[in-house]
Order: sequence, then C-alpha cells, then structure tokens
Amino acid sequence: MLLAMTAPTTEQSSAPETIDLAALARETKIHEVLEELDRELVGLAPVKARIRDIAALLLVDRGRRLVGLPAEPPSLHMCFTGNPGTGKTTVALRMAEILHRLGYVRKGHLVAVTRDDLVGQYIGHTAPKTREVLKKAMGGVLFIDEAYYLYRPENERDYGQEAIEILLQVMENQRDDLVVILAGYKNRMDTFFQSNPGMASRIAHHIDFPDYSAEELYAIGQLMLAKMGYRLAPDAEAVMREYIARRITQPHFANARSIRNALDRARLRQASRLFATSDRPVGRDDLANIAAADIRASRVFNA
Amino acid sequence: MRITQGTFSFLPDLTDAEIAAQIDYALRQGWAISVEHTDDPHPRNVYWEMWGMPMFDLKDAAGAMLEVNACRKAFPDQYVKVNAFDSAQGWESTRLSFIVNRPAHEPGFRVVRQEGPERTVRYTIESYAVDRPEGSRY
Repeated sequence: MLLAMTAPTTEQSSAPETIDLAALARETKIHEVLEELDRELVGLAPVKARIRDIAALLLVDRGRRLVGLPAEPPSLHMCFTGNPGTGKTTVALRMAEILHRLGYVRKGHLVAVTRDDLVGQYIGHTAPKTREVLKKAMGGVLFIDEAYYLYRPENERDYGQEAIEILLQVMENQRDDLVVILAGYKNRMDTFFQSNPGMASRIAHHIDFPDYSAEELYAIGQLMLAKMGYRLAPDAEAVMREYIARRITQPHFANARSIRNALDRARLRQASRLFATSDRPVGRDDLANIAAADIRASRVFNA
Repeated sequence: MRITQGTFSFLPDLTDAEIAAQIDYALRQGWAISVEHTDDPHPRNVYWEMWGMPMFDLKDAAGAMLEVNACRKAFPDQYVKVNAFDSAQGWESTRLSFIVNRPAHEPGFRVVRQEGPERTVRYTIESYAVDRPEGSRY
C-alpha cells in the first residue's frame, strides 16, 4: 500500500512527498508481533482489533513524522477489564513489546505491580515507594493488576489516594516515558473510575476482555499442552471437551487459568499412573500422552 | 574558578540529553545510578550528601533524570553529581561520576600556608566558599 501525502507548504522541502507504509511496517517487524499475537492468543477478537488500531496509528504517526507533518504522540494509557484468566497480563506483556517495536516506549519492559508495591504502610512511605516503582517502569510499561484496590472508600485516611495522585501526575507529565496499564474486574474498575474521574479521563483506551467460549478454551488447552510438550490421547479429546463444558458452569471458574490448573492436575495423575505401571517399559508416547482417565478422574465429573 | 572533578569536567556542561545518554550507557553496563549533592567544593571532600537512595533495577534514564532534576530544583546553588556504581565482583566501586549542576558563581580557592617547625611551610588549599557556614555558601 502506497499512501500519498502532500507535505505542508514551505517548510521541510527535503521531506519526501510519499511514504511507503508497508516498508515502514516491514522495518518495524510489527506484522510478526501481530501474527504471533494471533497465533498464540486464542479468541479475544475485540482486544486484537484494538491492538491493530493502535499499531496502525503509531505506524501512521511515524509516517507523518517522516513527511514532516506534526505527529503528537498519542496518550496510550490503557485499562484492561475482564474476568479472571482472560489474558489481561499476557496481553499487557505483548503490548510492551508492540509499543517497543513501534518506537513508542524506549525499552519495552513490563513492570507488573499490585497495591502492595505502590502503597506504603505509614505516613510518608507511599510517595517514595510509588516513585520508586514508576522510576523502574520508565521506558516501558507499568502494569497495575487489580488497580481498584488502590482506592479504598471505606477508609478515608487510606494511603492509596496518595499513590493515585502521584500516578496521575506522572501519567500526565511523562507520557512519552511510560505507559500505564490498569487491569481488573469490570464492575469494580467501573466503581474505581467513578470515584476517580481524574484517572478515567487520563486513560484513552478501555479494552474489555470477553470470556472464552468452550471451543476457545479447548484450543487454549491444546496450546498449553503443546507448549509443555504433552498431547491429548485421541480418546481424551472428547473427555477434555466434556470437562470444559462442565467446568464452565461451576463456581470459581477462571477461564484459561482454570484450564491450566486442570491440565497441571492431569499431569500429576498421568505421572502417578505411569509411576504405578511396573509391568512394562514406558515409551515415548506414554510419557507425552494425557489419557482419558487422567482427566476423567477430576472431581468435576463427580458433581 | 570552575572546579573540575569527575568525568567530563573539562568539557562544557552536559545538556540534559547528554546526561540522559550517559545514564543510559551506565544502565546498559548494569551499573546502579545515584545522585549526590554538596556545597563544599574541596577536591578531597568525597562524602557528598545522598539525594535519596541509589537506584537499582532501573531500565531507562528517565527515572534517574527525574531524581537529577528534583535534586537540582531543591539545591540549585550546589554541586550535584551522578554516580554509577558497578557491583560486579572485583570492581564493587564507582565506575563513573560526573557533575550535572554547579553554582552560578564559583569563588575558587586560596592557598593556606602553615608554619611548621624549623622554617618548614605546609601548603594546603581552601575554598573561599567555605568561609561561610554550611548551607549558606553559594
């Protein structure tokens, strides 16, 4: 794709008239990251769409700078909302890499913190603590998990408010030094933003992570197993689908995290099953396969 | 008289971008950055006041620049330096240290002569700045 742009009047006579965005994209290798995102993250269509939008915006901004148009760096502070296990942290990690490739953040590392890392225990402890974390995150992405805990309305002397104020100040004044990503459950984040309008107005991107469908969870399970070097035995595939269908309806279901835990327990059962087989040598297939019985033994099937 | 201590001290004062580039270099080497300030310019004064704790685990110069600028703002009329500490075994000491802020007027040094026994004379230097008490020197 060749996007023709006419440069503004007199200044920047040396700037090119046209810019090859596709070449620019190749140069930043952004497609690789986006494809990796598509390959390794199942589902999450709205999230991926928004990441593509942001990537496109940053790329076009780069093009604008090359032809001499003004390109004010956009505010990229984000809020990820969604149920547990929907991939908020994973996407935040990827986001750091994408923003680094596009030259928006200089170092591209992710600093993941929670309330404990930001809020101090006594008067005067919070500010240095928060500042310390912010300094570490400069040049990268600061990921605040369960950000709503920062604000405790029931205790008006809570030090969380102080941390929020310092955060706001840095988010506003040093936009090109770090990107802040808040994450948490949808309804609690909404309450948090209602009581902190300053925070809400400084975050441009609110991305909602949808729950996974059963089919997506199955695909995620396959990916996890492949990464660990396991696979489902042919007869175990149907059992796995049934397990997912049952697990979704049960309490404390945490999407991909529940699947990972289930697979970890299946690995345990597989290990003790193999340990108990003493009648014959254990082959390569035995070691790699998760059998139907390993999943069937789960308490999910008893309910 | 412009005092010359530490790295780059014979060069013109570094700009903020140059300071950030030097800090970035130090961080790439895995050195920890700290900021110190003093109003006693004597060359043998090695114990400057610390401005906050040394900064470990930084990835980018922006964090250190935040402290440099805060220190400059609090002590615009003092010397401020940036140290880079190398914790690698065998070094375990400061690898890089340079002044990033100095008073507008540096009065310089005088020679102090002390009469010793048997017509010996001991020489030392003393800054005109230290005539006044600490905190009101510049």
